[in-house]
Amino acid sequence: MSNTVIKVENLGKQYRLGEIGTGTLSHDLNRAWARLRGKEDPFAKIGDTNDRTTKGSSDFVWSLKDINFEVRAGEVLGIIGRNGAGKSTLLKILSKVTAPTTGRINIKGRIASLLEVGTGFHPELTGRENIFLNGAILGMTKIEIRNKFDEIVDFSGVERYIDTPVKRYSSGMYVRLAFAVSAFLEPEILIVDEVLAVGDAEFQKKCLGRMKDVSVNDGRTVLFVSHNIAAVRGLCTNGLLLNQGRVESFADISTVLNDYFSTPNDEVDGGREINKNKKDNYFLKWYLQVGDEQRHYCEPRQELSFCFEFVNKVKLNKAEVGFQIRGNDGEIVYGTNSRDRNGLYFELTPGIHKFVFDVRLPIRDGNYEIDVAIAENDTIVDHWISKTRLELLSKEKDTVLSESVTGILRELSHFSKVKTGSL
Amino acid sequence: MQTVEAIKSAESARLTAPDQEHWTEIIEPRTNLLDLRLGDVWRYRDLVMLFVRRDFVSNYKQTILGPIWLFIQPLLTTITFYIIFGRVAKLDTSGLPPFVFYLAGITVWSYFSQSLTAVSTVFVTNAAMFSKVYFPRLTMPLSIVLSNLVRFGIQFGLFLIVWAYYLTTSSALHPNWLLMLTPLLVVLMGLLSLGLGMIFSALTTKYRDLAMLLTFGVQLLMYATPVIIPLANVSPKYRWIMVANPMSAIVETFRYGFLGSGTLNGAYLSYSIVTSFIILFIGIVIFNKVEKSFTDTV
Repeated sequence: MSNTVIKVENLGKQYRLGEIGTGTLSHDLNRAWARLRGKEDPFAKIGDTNDRTTKGSSDFVWSLKDINFEVRAGEVLGIIGRNGAGKSTLLKILSKVTAPTTGRINIKGRIASLLEVGTGFHPELTGRENIFLNGAILGMTKIEIRNKFDEIVDFSGVERYIDTPVKRYSSGMYVRLAFAVSAFLEPEILIVDEVLAVGDAEFQKKCLGRMKDVSVNDGRTVLFVSHNIAAVRGLCTNGLLLNQGRVESFADISTVLNDYFSTPNDEVDGGREINKNKKDNYFLKWYLQVGDEQRHYCEPRQELSFCFEFVNKVKLNKAEVGFQIRGNDGEIVYGTNSRDRNGLYFELTPGIHKFVFDVRLPIRDGNYEIDVAIAENDTIVDHWISKTRLELLSKEKDTVLSESVTGILRELSHFSKVKTGSL
Repeated sequence: MQTVEAIKSAESARLTAPDQEHWTEIIEPRTNLLDLRLGDVWRYRDLVMLFVRRDFVSNYKQTILGPIWLFIQPLLTTITFYIIFGRVAKLDTSGLPPFVFYLAGITVWSYFSQSLTAVSTVFVTNAAMFSKVYFPRLTMPLSIVLSNLVRFGIQFGLFLIVWAYYLTTSSALHPNWLLMLTPLLVVLMGLLSLGLGMIFSALTTKYRDLAMLLTFGVQLLMYATPVIIPLANVSPKYRWIMVANPMSAIVETFRYGFLGSGTLNGAYLSYSIVTSFIILFIGIVIFNKVEKSFTDTV
């Protein structure tokens, strides 16, 4: 008997696009008729792969297709992929929220999922009542919850408010309490999806620590879905990369992350949706020029050029341009201006221009917001916060330290030692 | 879809044939219709009770009158019926004081109708929770029926007070041993509303119009139940409509036990029992089928 705890075979999930409700009755009848005659489902054979950038010919898409993989006991599997790759669908099937269209999954042990923390929390109930309710929804019995109650309250840090209705909680307290309940579930297999997107930095650290605890010390199996590459690298042993509903690669985590970085992020274009007739001067797009390539991601400390395309229909006399890089909490990570290093105001004749800032970004992995502005005579002419975020990805781990102690600046140090005296 | 699955499962059966592993759970596109997984529901029984509690607490928190609202609703309806059907239309109530006659019918009926409407929209109202985490979905309709049972208990208390008052002041009431059947009748109503509600819940997820139709339909169904007009007063030509309604025998038997007037017919009651169980069974089967895919349609 092997120690495989999850075995996924030929898993597929088909979704119907468009408005549900129009034509479903006729489709239902069609299906029923085909079934009666023992024919194949007329809607199952058509269907495109899950590529939302191109318009498919069919109303049905395979959100997941031919998924095969196995997870062994105690393994922490990171499931990664771009938006819409099918990660969430896979987790939904695994956690039995929805049924697959084809294939099967064999599971050994109890599965609990943290698809969204705080499910079933009722605002009118007190913290105490919600712990019991939420715990029961997640599959714990009353006795199990009672035994863990003190630990849960302790972990959440809301002891003082435990008998207050949760509608009076701050959103932070709410999330803490919710996560605390889930964190003390004791399933053999734990599914975690982006829960770390909530809460403050300190609490996130606590959550990551708890997950590590669960997998390393308790030997439980964890499936972890996240866009936070640093967290994935830190926690996971193996990785599953999904792309357009198919398994792109399934191996140890560093191989999979490498594959992830080499898949071009073609959804992202750095462009701007703007009514071009309404404005005289506007930014058009941004990108990073790395060698010959234009992209929206880079490695820390890579030499690159930050490029902004700008259109002006009116002449600008005393112009300056600057941009900022901001982190997830809106904190400014970096800011620069064209007048830095004794640069001068410049003149801009009507036309399309490209502004280039040569920089290197020694900052840690993650998603960052780009905020760019141009001013004339100290008056803002155009200001744009791009919807495309800058992605920083390390190909390999550049420090032995864990993420919680390295900080945002990722500059390598040179270490040497000299003996400067004797005792 | 069936054939595709058949091919796929045949394939996987061939692939996995030699492996004799002990899997605790298998997720597949479709399971046997009769695999009702009632054991799962039993394992989550604490959850059912917590849902009941949640329903109750959340409904009456921050209301001034709290559970007193439970008395107001049947009382006002009874007074309305009393004035309109008793005084204005002067409908016959088989010689019983109209007030207690109507209250008996309304108490029983409102349990049934409220459970039914709540159960029938269970997927739509709980979509947010259902789409995030799995627990045996049957716990939800079950808890709805139970929390309505608590409400019924309180309203039944009100009925008992009124009933006791009439018992001491008038000689029109002839309670008999049949009132011992009340628990059976209540359970029967619970199961019937559960079953019927689950059948409708499956349909309302896909075709939202049915939810509207149902709230309206339940109101109409009351007139096909001897809540206002005793079964005996319905002309034989139309009586079959009432008799076909499994709720009729329940209301009549309830009233017969407490008030001593009405039709008591063993065949009708047995019909109600059998129908309730059949409907319940169909309801569970349909519900189990829908719960697996409803997140995609709701």
